[in-house]
Amino acid sequence: MESLILLLVGVLVAVATYLILSRQLLRVILGTAVLSHAAHLLILTMGGLKKGDVPLLGESDGPYTDALPQALILTAIVISFAVTAFVLVLGYRVYKTNGTGNFDELRGRPDE
Amino acid sequence: MAILFLAILFPFICAALVSLLHKRLRRIAHLGWFILPIPLIIFLFLIQYIPQIAEGKTLIHTYKWIPSFHINFTTYLDGLSMIFGLLITGVGSLVILYSIFYLSTKESLHHFYCYLLLFMGAMLGVVFSDNLMVLYTFWELTSVSSFLLIAFWHHRKASRAGAKKAMMITVFGGLSMLAGFLMLYVAADTFSIRGIVATLDIVSQHALFIPALICILLGAFTKSAQFPFHIWLPDAMEAPTPVSAYLHSATMVKAGIYLVARFSPIFGGEAIWFWLVSGIGLITLFWGSFNAVRQIDLKALLAYSTISQLGLIMSLFGLGSVGHYYGYADSTLLYTQASFAALFHLINHSTFKGALFMMVGIVDHEAGTRDIRRLGGLMALMPITFTIAVIGSFSMAGLPPFNGFLSKEMFFAAVLAIRDVEAFSIADIGLLFPMVAWVASIFTFVYSMILISRTFLGRFQPERLDKKPHEAPFGMLISPIILCVLVVGIFLFPNLIGHYLLQPAMASIYPSFPSISELTPHISAWHGFNMELVMTIGVVIIGTVLYKTLKSWQPLYRLFSQRYTFNAYYNQALSFAESGSTKLTNRYMTGNLTHYFIYIYVFFIALIAGYFIWSDAMVLRVTRDAAVESHELILVFVMMFAALWIVFAKGRVTAMLLNGVLGYSIAFFFVIFRAPDLALTQLVVESVTTALFLLCFKYLPDLMPEQKQRKARWSHVTISILVGATVTLVGLAVVHYERFESIATYFNDAYELAGGSNIVNTILGDFRAFDTMLEVVVLLIAGLGVYTLTKLKPRKGEADNEN
Repeated sequence: MESLILLLVGVLVAVATYLILSRQLLRVILGTAVLSHAAHLLILTMGGLKKGDVPLLGESDGPYTDALPQALILTAIVISFAVTAFVLVLGYRVYKTNGTGNFDELRGRPDE
Repeated sequence: MAILFLAILFPFICAALVSLLHKRLRRIAHLGWFILPIPLIIFLFLIQYIPQIAEGKTLIHTYKWIPSFHINFTTYLDGLSMIFGLLITGVGSLVILYSIFYLSTKESLHHFYCYLLLFMGAMLGVVFSDNLMVLYTFWELTSVSSFLLIAFWHHRKASRAGAKKAMMITVFGGLSMLAGFLMLYVAADTFSIRGIVATLDIVSQHALFIPALICILLGAFTKSAQFPFHIWLPDAMEAPTPVSAYLHSATMVKAGIYLVARFSPIFGGEAIWFWLVSGIGLITLFWGSFNAVRQIDLKALLAYSTISQLGLIMSLFGLGSVGHYYGYADSTLLYTQASFAALFHLINHSTFKGALFMMVGIVDHEAGTRDIRRLGGLMALMPITFTIAVIGSFSMAGLPPFNGFLSKEMFFAAVLAIRDVEAFSIADIGLLFPMVAWVASIFTFVYSMILISRTFLGRFQPERLDKKPHEAPFGMLISPIILCVLVVGIFLFPNLIGHYLLQPAMASIYPSFPSISELTPHISAWHGFNMELVMTIGVVIIGTVLYKTLKSWQPLYRLFSQRYTFNAYYNQALSFAESGSTKLTNRYMTGNLTHYFIYIYVFFIALIAGYFIWSDAMVLRVTRDAAVESHELILVFVMMFAALWIVFAKGRVTAMLLNGVLGYSIAFFFVIFRAPDLALTQLVVESVTTALFLLCFKYLPDLMPEQKQRKARWSHVTISILVGATVTLVGLAVVHYERFESIATYFNDAYELAGGSNIVNTILGDFRAFDTMLEVVVLLIAGLGVYTLTKLKPRKGEADNEN
């Protein structure tokens, strides 16, 4: 299972990388969203998969699955949401100010 | 002896105070009056140790700084550092006194004195440090303060250019010296100079010993303006004259000589040391004096003369290093005399050259020019300045009754003695040494005469001067007069200096010799009608003839084309470096975000995947994996399919919905992998994100078909696949790595430790509560950012593309 999920992570990272290398702002934003999905899966897999019960004390006698990656991912989900929201609005602003979302046209003046 | 440590820090503290208090102090008097006591106090403080040092004692104090790196602040006072310490503070006091009258109160004096004090402290640090790293730090600090002082009149282009040149060359040498120091550290396992001298037998066998020697000499040669690095010194004359007198003649340029003297116990026995130090020294001596004759600016003339005299001292230390080769014996006296003459001339040069610089400053100040074509006939108008000039120049030319005569005679004796040395196959070209020395001395005589006669004799040309020249105010004359008194005084009582200053310094240069008193020759003005005296008489006769016929042979200089000077090479190298680095930087800093991402990814792949392959860290134990069930397999394929589809998606809504598929699938995985909290959060967040995307789509442009070129597309695909593969590889290696225990069991006591039965919640709310708090801060900042970006209106007058 772990190896399979890591393969999936690899595919997600590759897709995210390809999107980030795009010339269009929207694709880059999508790329970061996909990348954060990949990161969450990666962290979860690091703790081992299906190695125990749900980490709720008293619900079972254990052993429990590793709770630390879950706590880290919970933080990461919220932060990646914040970042995605910010980048989206930034993209909206960039487009509104410059009239384009294409990096080729967002190069700035050559004398800068 | 911790007080020596304070002596180094004192100027630095005062420099800080000057910057803070200058406004208040300026109202009372010229700022220089408050600065003057600082070097004077240190000077007087050093003087009281002279008797102890003369008895052969040394004072040492160690303040542990970074002991784990062997870097300690070790102050060390012996004969050699005493001479330099007295020069730095003594000449420093005189220069500050002189500057009070030279610089008007309208100048930004607090900057000037702040830099000057910085320099003084740094210079004291160089000569009193035993630790190589501390020495290096202070060494570079002298370069920096010299840069600031040369560029003091920074509105002048020439000042800035001169400062940059001095900085480039001396810092280049400094870095090379640092490399040499590190090599020595590798060889000796200590940064202490005394420590290296003590373990010399082992150190000198090390393979890095000779490279270290060359690197350290590069540092010394650049600092002391030795051929071909001398080009920075004439340009440094753009500094105010007190600075030229202080840094660029009496002290800083002698730091390289100090370094050579300090390291001659370590490297002295090597043939390459002898050839480099004495050879480069002699070439510099000749080249400097030869070029001084052609100068028309008095300060440029003095600059070349300083280069030449530094070469003389340098070559003497080179000749003296033969003494290290032969070790302690009666016959060695012949060679150690050279080192003695070097130390002696070092002091003498500081006295007469300091006086001459101040004299030129006075002429410049009173007549408004330093151009010898416009000067002349000032003798009657400025009699005291004229006297100073005569004393300084005659001493420089090596004439009695001035101290330069004594050291020049000793120099001749040393080059004559070196003819017959068997070591280093010197004897083959031994005759060259006295010949070059003699020719250079003739030129020295010629430019000394030019200095006097073109300025003070000849026809007075008031119509070509901007000001009406008159004698300088008395205050300006005090310092050069004191130096001239020293010039004569040292001639009359040379052995006083010999006993109290030079002899203990000789002990520092030849620490392995059991007895030093035999190494100290008795200096006398008259020692019979010998070869040295014949050479001096020859210098005077031929020098006079050459001076009289100057007009007929000076055109010779035009044969040296301006295109092939070292300055031209320096400028070419500089402009080449500038245009080259601009080209190189422009090549990769394209301003294209995609290119920057490519650099990051390629670096990531090379570093991480490269390291994994190199270290053979790949682990794959699929057998220990949890079992895969069919619905999980379907979910995995759904995600892979959705991810790949995003790449090919035509519309933005499709792409966004596919991203939603990924997010909800992950929520399913969280359920499967026993993470209910995550699943809930993921569902909420994914819904909100999707809504946000949809909201923004109202304003964002639709996806364009990707217009990547075929080549770029394939390179992007390759990079993407490699990055994905690297992450998978690292993940596999980590998840199958079982060298140490998981810390997860610690949290199984969550109920006892934190009073919660949901482990994930206790981690977030208790064990790692600060993380969660800062996470909320991140959310807050992101929220603020979103709010501002949506509400922000362009200022009036700025272009707004919103339709």
